[in-house]
Amino acid sequence: MSSKFLRGMAHGLPIGLGYLSVSFGFGILAVRSGLSWFQAGMISLTNLTSAGQAAGVDIIAAAGTILEMVLVQLTINLRYSLMALSLSQKLDPKFTTGHRLLASYGITDEIFAVCSAQKELLSPAYMYGMILVATIGWVTGTLLGATAGAIVPARVSAALGILLYGMFIAIIVPPAKKDKSVLAVVIAAALFSLLFKYVFTAVSGGFAIIICAVCASALGAVFFPVKDEEEQS
Amino acid sequence: MSIAVYIAVMAGVTYLIRMIPFTFFRKKIKSRFIRSFLHYIPYAVLSAMTFPAIFYSTDNFISAAVGTVAALALAYLGLPLIAVAGAASLGAFITLLITK
Repeated sequence: MSSKFLRGMAHGLPIGLGYLSVSFGFGILAVRSGLSWFQAGMISLTNLTSAGQAAGVDIIAAAGTILEMVLVQLTINLRYSLMALSLSQKLDPKFTTGHRLLASYGITDEIFAVCSAQKELLSPAYMYGMILVATIGWVTGTLLGATAGAIVPARVSAALGILLYGMFIAIIVPPAKKDKSVLAVVIAAALFSLLFKYVFTAVSGGFAIIICAVCASALGAVFFPVKDEEEQS
Repeated sequence: MSIAVYIAVMAGVTYLIRMIPFTFFRKKIKSRFIRSFLHYIPYAVLSAMTFPAIFYSTDNFISAAVGTVAALALAYLGLPLIAVAGAASLGAFITLLITK
C-alpha cells in the first residue's frame, strides 16, 4: 500500500468515526420510515451524503414522485458541484479521467474540507484512502442504527447528534484564527444562515446553504481577493 | 413504485452532481475573483451548515450550546479534529446528564 493511501486513511479516520455515529441516526430514521436494513445500507453506500439521504427517505416514505426526488437531491447536493470545482483546481497530474470518475463518488463536506486544507496537490491514492475509511464508517453506522438503534439510551444518541458539527468547527476555526478574511466570510455565512432559519423560512435547507455560501464567498472575493498564485507559493 | 427505483435515482443524481465538474473541468482558473471565490467556499459552506443548526443538534439548546463552546475552545487551541468533535459530544452528554 502506498504511503499516500495510508496517509489518506489516517486523515479519514476522524471522518469515519464521525460518520459512524451520524449515520447511526440515519439508520434509525430509515427503519422508522419503513425501509429494511438492507435498503438503508444501500442508500448510504450509493449516496454517501447526510442531508440528501434524510430528505430522500422522507420522499420514499411519502411515496413522492421521481421528479420531486430529482429536484430535492439536486438542490440539497448542488454544493458538491462547487466543492468538486474547487478540488479540480488542486489535482495531481496522476488524476486521469478514470480516477476522476471514481474519486468524485467520495466528495462529501468533510472529505472536501480535509482535502482542501492540504498544502500539496491531491493524489488519487490519498483520496481513495480517505474515501474508503469514510465509506466504511458511514455504511457500518447505518447498518448498526438500522438493526440496533432502539437499544441505545436517548441521551447518548442525542449527544452524538452534535459530533459532525463539532468536526465542522474544528475545520473552520484554525484558518479563521490565522486569516481575518476567512473569519469575515465565516461570520457572514453564519449571519446569512440565521436569516434563512428565522426570517426567510420558505426557502428549503439545501437551497439556503447554497445561497449563504455563494453570497459570503462572493463578498470575500470582492473585498479580500486572494494573492496571485506565484505570490502564494 | 419500487424502492429500488427511488434509491437508483437518488444515487444517480447525487453522483452526477459530483462527477461532472470534477471530471470535465480541466482548466486552471485565471480569474482572480473566481479563484478567491473558490478559496472561500469551503469555509462559507461549513459555516452556513453549522450555524444555527448545531444548536438544534442535541435534545435541548443548553446541551448543544455547551457542546458548541467546548468545540470552539478546543478548535481555537488547535487540537485535532477528533478531539474537538469528541469534546462537543462529551460536553453535550454531561449537560444532558445534569439537566435531565
